[in-house]
This record gives sequence, C-alpha cells and structure tokens, in this order.
Amino acid sequence: MASLLDLLVAGLATGAIYALVAVGFTLLWQTSQTINFAQGEFVMLPAFLMLAAMHAGAPFWLAIVIGILLSMILLGLAFKMLLVDPMLRHGVLPLAIATMALAIGMKEAVKQFFSAEASPFPSIVPTNDISVFGHVISLQSLGVFVVAILAVMGLTALLNRTSLGHQMQAAAQNPTVARIIGVPVERMILLTFLINAVLVALASLLITPIYLAKFSSGEVLGQAAFIAAIVGGFNQVRGAIAGGLLIGVLDNLSAAYVSTQYRAAVPLIFLIVIILFRPQGLLGRSEERTV
Amino acid sequence: MSANGRYLRIAAGLVVIAALIAIPANFNRYGLFILSQWAVMTIAAMGLNLTLGYAGQVSLAQGAFVGVGAYASAILTTHGWPLPAALGVSILTSFIIGWLLGYPALRVQHHYLAFVTLAFSTLAFLVFRNESWLTGGIYGISNIPRPHIFGFATNKPLPFYYLCLGSLAIVSLAVWWLIRSPWGRAFMSLRENPLRAQSLGVDTRRYTLMAFAIGSALGGVAGGLYAPLTQYIDPVPFNLSLSLDLLMMVIVGGSGFFFGPFLGAMIAVLLPEWLRFTQGYYLMLYAIAVIVLLIWSPTGILGILDRFLANRRTKTASALRAVAKSRLETVQ
Repeated sequence: MASLLDLLVAGLATGAIYALVAVGFTLLWQTSQTINFAQGEFVMLPAFLMLAAMHAGAPFWLAIVIGILLSMILLGLAFKMLLVDPMLRHGVLPLAIATMALAIGMKEAVKQFFSAEASPFPSIVPTNDISVFGHVISLQSLGVFVVAILAVMGLTALLNRTSLGHQMQAAAQNPTVARIIGVPVERMILLTFLINAVLVALASLLITPIYLAKFSSGEVLGQAAFIAAIVGGFNQVRGAIAGGLLIGVLDNLSAAYVSTQYRAAVPLIFLIVIILFRPQGLLGRSEERTV
Repeated sequence: MSANGRYLRIAAGLVVIAALIAIPANFNRYGLFILSQWAVMTIAAMGLNLTLGYAGQVSLAQGAFVGVGAYASAILTTHGWPLPAALGVSILTSFIIGWLLGYPALRVQHHYLAFVTLAFSTLAFLVFRNESWLTGGIYGISNIPRPHIFGFATNKPLPFYYLCLGSLAIVSLAVWWLIRSPWGRAFMSLRENPLRAQSLGVDTRRYTLMAFAIGSALGGVAGGLYAPLTQYIDPVPFNLSLSLDLLMMVIVGGSGFFFGPFLGAMIAVLLPEWLRFTQGYYLMLYAIAVIVLLIWSPTGILGILDRFLANRRTKTASALRAVAKSRLETVQ
C-alpha cells in the first residue's frame, strides 16, 4: 500500500485537474445556464487534436499551441454559436440533453476518425521520481499540481483583479444591469466559453499522459468534475477549486482505505449528502427561491 | 376538435396497432428483437415521462430502475419463479426504491435533483457490478428463461414480441387513465407551480414521492421484461448512459406528451439501426440528428406537431371570425 503522503500528492494532482475542469463547468453555468454534459469529452478531444498535429509533423510545443487554438475554435466558439445560442432561450433541460448528444457524437467521431485504441501521450512535466526527506515523490504529480494551480490562480486573478474580470462577473451576475452600465455582455459570455476551452485543453494536456488518450476517457473525468463543481459550490469559482482538490484526494484515499470496488461510490455518497444538507455547496452562495 | 377529427384519430390508432401486430409476423429474429426492445424502452420512457414530463421532477436514474427490475426478474426466474410473480417483485422493488429517491426531491429541485439522481444511478451500477453473490458481478446472469403465459410458450421471438407489445398496451392504458385522473392533474400542478398547488390543498409531498415511485415502477416493468428478452444480463447496459438515453428519448419525443415516449424510443432504438448502413458513422449521425432536432424544436417531435395544430386552429378561428365580421357588416 502506498504511503499516505504519496496518496495525498497524487490526489492533489488529479484534484487540481478536476478543479480546472470544474471551474470551466461553473463558468458556463454562471454566464449562460449551460450544464455541459460533454465537459468530460471536451477534455478528451484536445489531446487528440494535439496528437493529430504531431502526426502531421508538428513538434510538441507547436502541437500544443495548435491544440489549444483549435479547441478554442471548436469547443469555445463553435460550441457557443452552433449549440448554446440557438437553444439557450428554451430553458436548461433541452440544452443539457443536446450536450449529452454532443458527448456521444464527439466520442464516436474520435473513435471513427482517430482510433478506438488508447494512444500514449507525451508529458509536459518530467516523469521521474524525486526524493524529499527520504520519501519518494512522483515529480509528475507535483508538476501537474503546480501547473494546474498556477492556471487556476491566473484565472482567479483575471476574474478578481482586472477590469475585464469584473466585467465578466457583472455579466454573469446580472446581465441586464451590466448591459445598462455598458458592459459588452455578449462578448463577456463568449470570453467565458473561450476560457473554458483553454481550461479543458490544459486539463487534457496534463491528464492524458497519466491515463492515455482514449475516446472514452472523458466519461469518468466529466463526472468527477461535475461532482467537484457541485460539492464546492455550483456558482463559485473558488468553490469549484476546493471541490476539485477535495474530490481528488477523497478519490485516492478511498481507493486505498475503503475498497477499490467502491472507490467511485465515496465521492458520490459525499455528493448526495452535500446536496441534501448544503445544496449551495461548501463555499457557494444559496440561490433564492423564486415564486 | 370536431367529431370527424376524433374518428380520424381513432382510425389512425387502430391502423398503427394492427400494423404493430401484423407486419412483424414476417420479421427475422433480429428485427423482432429490436421491436421488442422498442416496446420495453417505451415502457421505461413512459415512466420517466410521468416523473419528468407530467410531474416536472428531473430524474437521471430511470436506467438504474430498469436495472433493478431486470436483476429482480433475472434472479427470481432463474430460481424457478414464474415471470408474472417475478415481475411483481420487480415492480414492487423499484416502486419502493423510487419512493425513497423521491425524498431528495422534497428538498432540492431542478439541476440539484438531476445530480442526486445521477449519483444514485452510478451507485446502483456499482452495486450491480460488485455484489457478485447476488448479481453475478461482471459475469452477469445467463440462461434467463422466457415465460409461459396462459400455457403459451414465448421462447420464440415472435410470441415474446407479442408479450412485450401486450405489456406496452396494458401500461399505456394504465398511464392514459392515470394522467386523466385527479392524480394526473395533481402531477401537472407540481410541474406548473408547486407553491400554488400546495396553497390549493394539493398534498405536494405525497404526489412528488408518488411521481417518483410510479415512474420508477414502470422502469421496473421494463427491466422485468428486458431480462427475459436478452436472456442474459450484466451491469454494463444499466450504467448511466441508459438513464441519459431514456431522458433523451423523453425530451426528443416530446416531454409531457402522452405519445412522446413512443416516438422518442423509436428514434433512440430504431434510428441507429436504420443508420447502420453508414457503418461506423451511425451513432455520430444519430447524435447530430438529435442535436439538430432539439435546436429546431426544443419541445421534441410532438412539440412541432403541437405548434402546427395550434397554428391551424388559430387560422381557422380567425377565418371564422372574419366571416362573422363581414356578415355583421352586410347586415348593418
């Protein structure tokens, strides 16, 4: 059995990736009431875009740039224009169903046009182990954690410290008033979709070297990010970060100490308890009931 | 609606029923399997339509109830129980679990409720997979017998198809009656305005739980038939994607319309089969078709029909009004 420290580090690393995905998820919910059931597939796709670029002969760094740009176009712009915009005014549920169909379509497209097999993916952080005070720690976990946390901190700084971020928050909280005081709400909403695309591309870049690139790898990840977003607070960016880290650690610890068979059950039971007793999430604000 | 339209609708219904009975008689094994699957999935989707379409409670767990029903029926029939008795247990088990799942709905609504039921669905899958002493684990349960109904053996595909179709007919009549009863109106009042319903004296608590329990029980019926249909069950078909598929069927067909689940299940079960000639692309095309349909009509297929009929009615009414007005003017 791995030591507690190893489990914590590995848990924090996967948790940081969950946090990235969960933050994107909450951003879409806040600005445009989109429950994106394809968020896991959104993480799966950029890895394949990067692999395709590498197969075409691009070096790794260029492939990363191409992958991020393509996912901004496909998962940000096209997703908003073609799917969300026409459906938004019809309520939450049809749009959620459409994203479920999108998830099926994306999985099948990757299976058909790329491969049904898992493909290896190069890591952007070193994969060897280092020794700290006599403990062997995976440098990859540490690197993933650092990169993901830097990204999340960058995003939080953008949201809280810049005028652009304030405008985005205003657009999310009260579009009508934001429009009155001159915030370009439409552009801000588009920006959140682009940020989500960058976040999922980054998550893809970090997680794929660990779990390999496979068309179905989004399912588990999407659900974990989902749970993280709700546990932390569906309407708060910092909630999603806390939720992601918590679920990552919980997942790894329960695999070691509860049972491998029911490891997936622990976060789910946690989720049910949270929703029933604190539906706004650990750090979330409660949503007022409208009559 | 004029008397003519009413007769027309009854005639159309009879033609469809006759076609469902007569045409499959020459189908091959696979065709009958797909049609039986359509009937079974329609029953499950009708249950969800009751919970979601009429009572307005989002559930992402209907697939889990199909699983509960299927396992109950598979375990009991392989131990020598007759199917009707096993089906009774399937229904009862999913009714009780559905009732319990209704309790979260008393506290949270909409997307939170969706997430609770989603978590339940995944938990149920884990139980199916891990409790191998009961469910056979990943190896599943094989050699599930098909029943004798009133002395008729249903081992062959055709009689079993008629069994599924007959069950669908019974369930349809029951649901038709239910949504026209005061219960149906109470369910709809939960969907439209729970606070107002409560102030008018509707026991919203009881009806919310009932909406879940009855919808889930229909999922149990579908599962109870699914097990003898495939004669082998393992946990995989009952994972979260079945729940999502059933939800898609209800929304695509038209949530809150009686015939919605029939059409939705037709699209989800039959459309992929019709698209098989495109080989690897069929599920992709299916996904695109669903997205395009939802963009075009978020209320589903029957939503299109509904809008068309409403349009025509407004046109007829305004034509009548114009005639009456011109008559009035000539009199003056």
